[in-house]
Amino acid sequence: MSSNPSTATDILSRELEFKPAPQTRRLRGVIFVILSNLAVIIALGTLVILVLDVLISGLPWLNLDFLTRADSRFPERAGIQVALVGTVYMMALTIVIALPLGVMSAVYLEEYAGKHWTTQLIEININNLAAVPSVIYGLLGLQLFVRWLGMGRSILAGALTMALLVLPIIIVASREAIRAVPQSFREASLALGATRWQTIWNHVLPYALPGILTGNILAASRAIGETAPLITIGALTFVPFLPRDILDRFTVLPILIFNWTSKPQREFHDIAAAGIIVLLGTLLVLNAIAVLLRAKLQKRY
Amino acid sequence: MTRLDAQIRYATVAASAETQAVHTPAGDAANVIEARDLSVFYGSFCAVRSVTLPVRRNKITALIGPSGCGKSTLLRSFNRMNDRVPGSRVEGSVLFHGQNLYAPNVNVVDVRRRIGMVFQKPNPFPKSIYENVAFGPRINGWRGSKSQMDELVEAALRRAALWDEVKDKLKQPGTALSGGQQQRLCIARAIAVQPEVILMDEPCSALDPIATLKIEDLMQVLKQDYTIVIVTHNMQQAARVSDYTAMMMMRPDRAGEMIEMDETGIIFSRPRDKRTQDYVSGRFG
Repeated sequence: MSSNPSTATDILSRELEFKPAPQTRRLRGVIFVILSNLAVIIALGTLVILVLDVLISGLPWLNLDFLTRADSRFPERAGIQVALVGTVYMMALTIVIALPLGVMSAVYLEEYAGKHWTTQLIEININNLAAVPSVIYGLLGLQLFVRWLGMGRSILAGALTMALLVLPIIIVASREAIRAVPQSFREASLALGATRWQTIWNHVLPYALPGILTGNILAASRAIGETAPLITIGALTFVPFLPRDILDRFTVLPILIFNWTSKPQREFHDIAAAGIIVLLGTLLVLNAIAVLLRAKLQKRY
Repeated sequence: MTRLDAQIRYATVAASAETQAVHTPAGDAANVIEARDLSVFYGSFCAVRSVTLPVRRNKITALIGPSGCGKSTLLRSFNRMNDRVPGSRVEGSVLFHGQNLYAPNVNVVDVRRRIGMVFQKPNPFPKSIYENVAFGPRINGWRGSKSQMDELVEAALRRAALWDEVKDKLKQPGTALSGGQQQRLCIARAIAVQPEVILMDEPCSALDPIATLKIEDLMQVLKQDYTIVIVTHNMQQAARVSDYTAMMMMRPDRAGEMIEMDETGIIFSRPRDKRTQDYVSGRFG
């Protein structure tokens, strides 16, 4: 490097020799494209095969009777009604419990808590909680809700356990949505004499709503497929009666499917496939709602 | 006028001499806001040091100076917006009608209603034009009827010289307006809560020259009813719109200080400080 630019003897003043792109350079690009395509095909291919397999064995069994019949020891008389109702009950209850808790925690962490080492500790722990295996939540629920609080093997105990499980997901998603609300809105609101709470209620939460809802729906679809914590707290595998209230014993779709697949009769495996179709359909609908909500509400600022 | 001048000079001299306290009479009717030996800290960093600055009623006071000299920090300490920054604290006092805004019993929410703010980037809420203006009165507990609120919204938009442009689209989102219109909407929003003072933090730096001129004209009208403090990087703007100008500089320890304050005409024609002269004549900054 020359220290004096006027003498013009630095490297850029000499002619550099550029070699035209050799074949290998082009080939590397092509190979990469092929590899990434292959990766996509493998991922999607397995999914397609899985879904096709499930559809082929399950579809013939899928009809209205299947949806409205209780479980039975005979596959041709078994239905998913009880499990479906249990799933709906539990999902609704889980969200009712976890949504306010999660959103309020997120509001506290984002809007009120300062940047102390305690908040940092809370933050790290929430992220850790999101990675804890779901069986651990089941054990916690078994001890805390089923035994100590005496709720028994009820829908309420299951929903509370599920709420704990999805809480970190809801908190993280809500915090991100709240953080994405531009500071300028908060400042504009505060500068008009709004209190912190008025600012949060009138501006932060409404603008963060699409993100919060999306996070909640994703949390719900995570909870809908969870089996392990519910088996741990003792949700039953064979329940022939509809739950009367939230303190009644219950079962949910994944448990029913699990139960059916572990039976020796072939027909049970086929109706398990039919149950999987229903479960997948529900998940698909939930995710579609999440995508739609995001697209519809998020163009506001 | 001579009495006011004498007072400003007094304050200025006191500030440059870095005395501990300046004893202008408390509750002076002409001073709406008065910073007294005010220092603002972010953690251990001192952003503004020992500023003493009177803000005159129904006048426009401009804060000028190079980037990073603490103009915005000083402005934001006038309605305690700096409270939002973690680790910020002040020493000295900001008197509002003689009452220290940083006294422990002061209600910050009330301070901000009476001392409004317009920001650098127009920031209307993603709501309708009407709702943007009506929000302030509503959250401050004004219980007007629907027709009274209509009247208030119209009056605020008229004072902000925006009514004629938006009267047929009050239900449309405020964010759909042009930049200059958005900024006037923000001014309408600010005056709808009947502040006494409007703080403007580079209100025109995101606007084109024509929109800028409209805001400047508007400021001349607004000062009949309000006291205005404006931070600007634009020398011509300070010279055009303001009655008083305070010149700020960064000290070697990066803290901002006020080096001179006077009538705008004097600051721009025969300032006492060489640095002010260099700055306003465009020799640096």
